[in-house]
Amino acid sequence: MYRYDSYDQAMVDARVAEFRDQARRRLEGKLTEDQFKPLRLMNGLYLQLHAYMLRVAIPYGTLDARQMEMLADIADKYDRGYGHFTTRQNIQYNWIKLEDCADALADLATVEMHAIQTSGNCIRNISSDHFAGAAADEVVDPRPYAELMRQWSSFHPEFTYLPRKFKIAVIASEKDRAAMRLHDIGVRIVKNDAGEVGAQFYAGGGMGRTPMIAPLIRDFVPIDQFITYAEACLRVYNRYGRRDNKYKARIKILVHELGAGEYIRQVEEEFAHLLSVGVEPPTAELERIKAHFELPEPLRLPGQGAGTPLPSGGAAESGAPGQARGGAFDQWVKRNTHPHRHPEYVSAVISLKPAGGIPGDATSDQMRVVARLAREYSFDELRVMHTQNLLLPHVAITDLPAVYAALDEAGLGAANMDTIEDIIACPGLDYCSLANARSIPLAQRISERFAQTGRTSQVGELKLKISGCINACGHHHAGHIGILGVDKKGVENYQLSLGGSEAEDVALAKITGPGFDEDGVIAAVEKVTDVYLASRTAGERFLDTYRRIGMEPFKEALYG
Amino acid sequence: MSQNLGTSPDEVQFRFRDDEPVDHGTVTVDSALEQTNAAAVRIEPGDDARALLPFLDRLALIEVNFPGFGDGRGYSAARILREAGYAGELRAVGDVLIDQLSHMRRCGFDSFAPDKRLDEEDAARAFATWENVYQRAADARRTIPEKRHEA
Ligand code: SF4
Repeated sequence: MYRYDSYDQAMVDARVAEFRDQARRRLEGKLTEDQFKPLRLMNGLYLQLHAYMLRVAIPYGTLDARQMEMLADIADKYDRGYGHFTTRQNIQYNWIKLEDCADALADLATVEMHAIQTSGNCIRNISSDHFAGAAADEVVDPRPYAELMRQWSSFHPEFTYLPRKFKIAVIASEKDRAAMRLHDIGVRIVKNDAGEVGAQFYAGGGMGRTPMIAPLIRDFVPIDQFITYAEACLRVYNRYGRRDNKYKARIKILVHELGAGEYIRQVEEEFAHLLSVGVEPPTAELERIKAHFELPEPLRLPGQGAGTPLPSGGAAESGAPGQARGGAFDQWVKRNTHPHRHPEYVSAVISLKPAGGIPGDATSDQMRVVARLAREYSFDELRVMHTQNLLLPHVAITDLPAVYAALDEAGLGAANMDTIEDIIACPGLDYCSLANARSIPLAQRISERFAQTGRTSQVGELKLKISGCINACGHHHAGHIGILGVDKKGVENYQLSLGGSEAEDVALAKITGPGFDEDGVIAAVEKVTDVYLASRTAGERFLDTYRRIGMEPFKEALYG
Repeated sequence: MSQNLGTSPDEVQFRFRDDEPVDHGTVTVDSALEQTNAAAVRIEPGDDARALLPFLDRLALIEVNFPGFGDGRGYSAARILREAGYAGELRAVGDVLIDQLSHMRRCGFDSFAPDKRLDEEDAARAFATWENVYQRAADARRTIPEKRHEA
């Protein structure tokens, strides 16, 4: 994985010093809260309902054991012993004190981490496929391209006061595991017929109150013009994105109002101009970055059978003799492993969704267990998934029993990836000052309910996503089932929607009808799964059934 | 022409040029397009800096107004002017704060007339924040990627 050189380290150190200075000027009254706000935001510091929240960047979701251990230490030293992993592959601490913040950032800098541009109206942390570098179906590892973008977008002098925040995702496979087309810019690294690597650009996607799926704006940007093209996209947005209304300021509104064709025309014009200016980093830089992402030796040559899922019971004979491998282990292997490019390895998902737990939360002790497992069993690599889970990207199949035993002991062994228990939920009214309703307790009750009734495995893949307000941080528009908290005359109310997807079959969910109270929405989710179980044909996921039979039967069951 | 528009040389707090500053007011972009003799123009956030490109050689001062520090359109305006070869004074005026100075400098601003005078020491530190930079901009600094691959 990527390692800082002295330049990268100096940039992050300079940022810590700068923030220390800004905090000092704020305390001395030289900066008003209004002036300080965008500065602290650009260092990931938000003011929440009860305290400051610090969001730490985990570029494209990749980190090593040492970094995870630092995240655990920070949770203990400056917070309450836990952290929350987010849908943007970052981690948030909910109880940070302003006076500790510069120290926390300085600690992070010692392990090549930072909170730069994790909030504010700038280019945010770049996200990517959590299986990058391990997935069998990728054209190339997308992370070097994401890293090139990370450097380009860090402290970009022109794009620090954009109309609104700007989120970029980079993937490199047909399958979309990063909700790429729901980003301000989505990039898919591709190869053309001549075998040359290039970038496909999508622009103007997003969730929020006006969800939109990003249209394709360029099929192939030669890779030695990659940054130049991105710069053109951003410049057009910076100049013409709306600034009169915060809710219409994202690039999706610009692309929508101009029409994709006109936005493309303007970008192409700016692109041609910038090519003549020369803003592209030297091509040797991409090569230098790529070298950091070389796979560990044993993983390099994909052999026969690479990328095939483990057959049922496929790990039953693995591990040391005498190791327990009962039904729970088998379930976990079936649910939580993902095919690897090397046939003797898998990627193993560490669920942060124990039934009844808070989605995405991990204690410092759990983080240390995960770090140890990464060191012992996954070539010192970890990932944060956009589903708010963690991942050991490269685990030998023979090591699975040992890994599972350790995870299970730490309360991390839930076998529920992509099931209805694997809920994405925003912080909601428990933390967030913008919330209309609580999301966490609802997620806890639903996962507990489905776990108890044993329905989870019966239902199989079903992505449930919950947002506590229209800002949609819980991605409810993209849920197979989505739940949106609204305020109905001072009472929390929940709107149910069906049929969304953030994957390659991207779609926005549709509202079923009138909302429900908390108990009502839980019952409604059960009813919806009843309809599915009664109507599905062999092999159909919930989403497939919904697409085949449409909304009516569900409405009938809910309101009929 | 409106002589009141624009900042006077006295209001300029930081200037990174040796030539004599223009000693008269600026005109709006619209009037600059009509008057063939205007030498100083003020760009507002909604103006298209490219409208000035045909006249750049007769301009000695372009002010870019930042009515609020959060409106970043002026950064693009500045780079566009420099990319087109504008070599005159490029002045950031309005709600210009300490923490915007280094980025503005990189985008091609070479003089600064903040609404409220800034603390000299804090400003000096701000101008020097970045010993190195990742990306190309209007200041022709060698970037980190370039330095990494120097022969
Ligand atoms: S969706 Fe609303 S309630 Fe939830 S975190 Fe975002 S802003 Fe807060």
